[in-house]
Amino acid sequence: MDSQIGIKIVLIAVVVIVALAILWPGRGQRRVALRRIGSILLVLAAVAAIIFPQILSSIAELLGVGRGADLLLYATVLAFIGFVLMTRIEKRRHEAQLTLVARAQAIAAAERPWESRG
Amino acid sequence: MPRNGTDDVWLVVPLYNEAAVIADVIEHVLPVFPNVVCVDDGSTDDSAALAESAGAVVVRHPINLGQGAALQTGFDFARQDPGMRCVVTFDSDGQHRVEDALAAVERLRAGDVDVVLGSRFLDDRTNAGWLKRVVLRMAIAFTNVTTGMRLTDAHNGLRALTRESLGQVQIRQNRMAHASEIVSLIAKAKLRVAEIPVQIIYTEYSRSKGQSLWNSVNILIDLVLK
Repeated sequence: MDSQIGIKIVLIAVVVIVALAILWPGRGQRRVALRRIGSILLVLAAVAAIIFPQILSSIAELLGVGRGADLLLYATVLAFIGFVLMTRIEKRRHEAQLTLVARAQAIAAAERPWESRG
Repeated sequence: MPRNGTDDVWLVVPLYNEAAVIADVIEHVLPVFPNVVCVDDGSTDDSAALAESAGAVVVRHPINLGQGAALQTGFDFARQDPGMRCVVTFDSDGQHRVEDALAAVERLRAGDVDVVLGSRFLDDRTNAGWLKRVVLRMAIAFTNVTTGMRLTDAHNGLRALTRESLGQVQIRQNRMAHASEIVSLIAKAKLRVAEIPVQIIYTEYSRSKGQSLWNSVNILIDLVLK
């Protein structure tokens, strides 16, 4: 076992949690609420890390990562991957909605030959 | 009152930038199929106007959405005609034969199947290059494995569906993966399927804009990352 087992476990856990958060069939309100709680926690953590930078370093040490800056980099990469996946899903949903609107518009504007057939 | 001939059939033709051939294709099919709807998928040339003056009904997507979306729009349009009994999907680039479309409708009228799918591999009329053959075989194998069906051709644009089966096929894959999606929807709805041999006419024109190998890669990735 290497000394970085701690950070590896944390990173894998975060990846799994992000995947679950994306795939979980939740309703809108709960999802929005969870996202807001997540944002608030993130802000609090960021403020704490700014005031007491040594917290970051000691957490990093605890996890087997050399420096707090490395921990920050790992977290940033994970956040970025999560952002990309979320954006992808959003885009897909928008595309599906746009398709429905465009289809309705196209059909409404088309001639309906069976109506004049009588 | 039962309608005779093919006036209870809607030919659904997805159309995207085929100005060179679309008028010919429409003029060729109209004597056999009086109801033709071209779903213009935001063509940047004058395909839509050409199709209209050739005698087709044209439904215009305001923006390009993809062939799968165009087919679904055609289905939704045709379902508004209370006299429609079945639809036939037909390519706009002139690679299908009207006789095959008619054969598909007749096969459907036998009444023992809900869906008829064209296959270019049931006889040896179609001359596909070896590379195309390999790619298509892979697509067929993939579709058969994922849907549990036993088909010989998965990406053939010629299909016939009854009004009842149309209600169970809602295409969501806007881009090219819709061909496999249709098959999987048919499998999920447990519709009865027959394949009929059709000939694909590979011309210089269709070859020049046919599905490239890159597009097959895109189709596979679209399917897996659904």
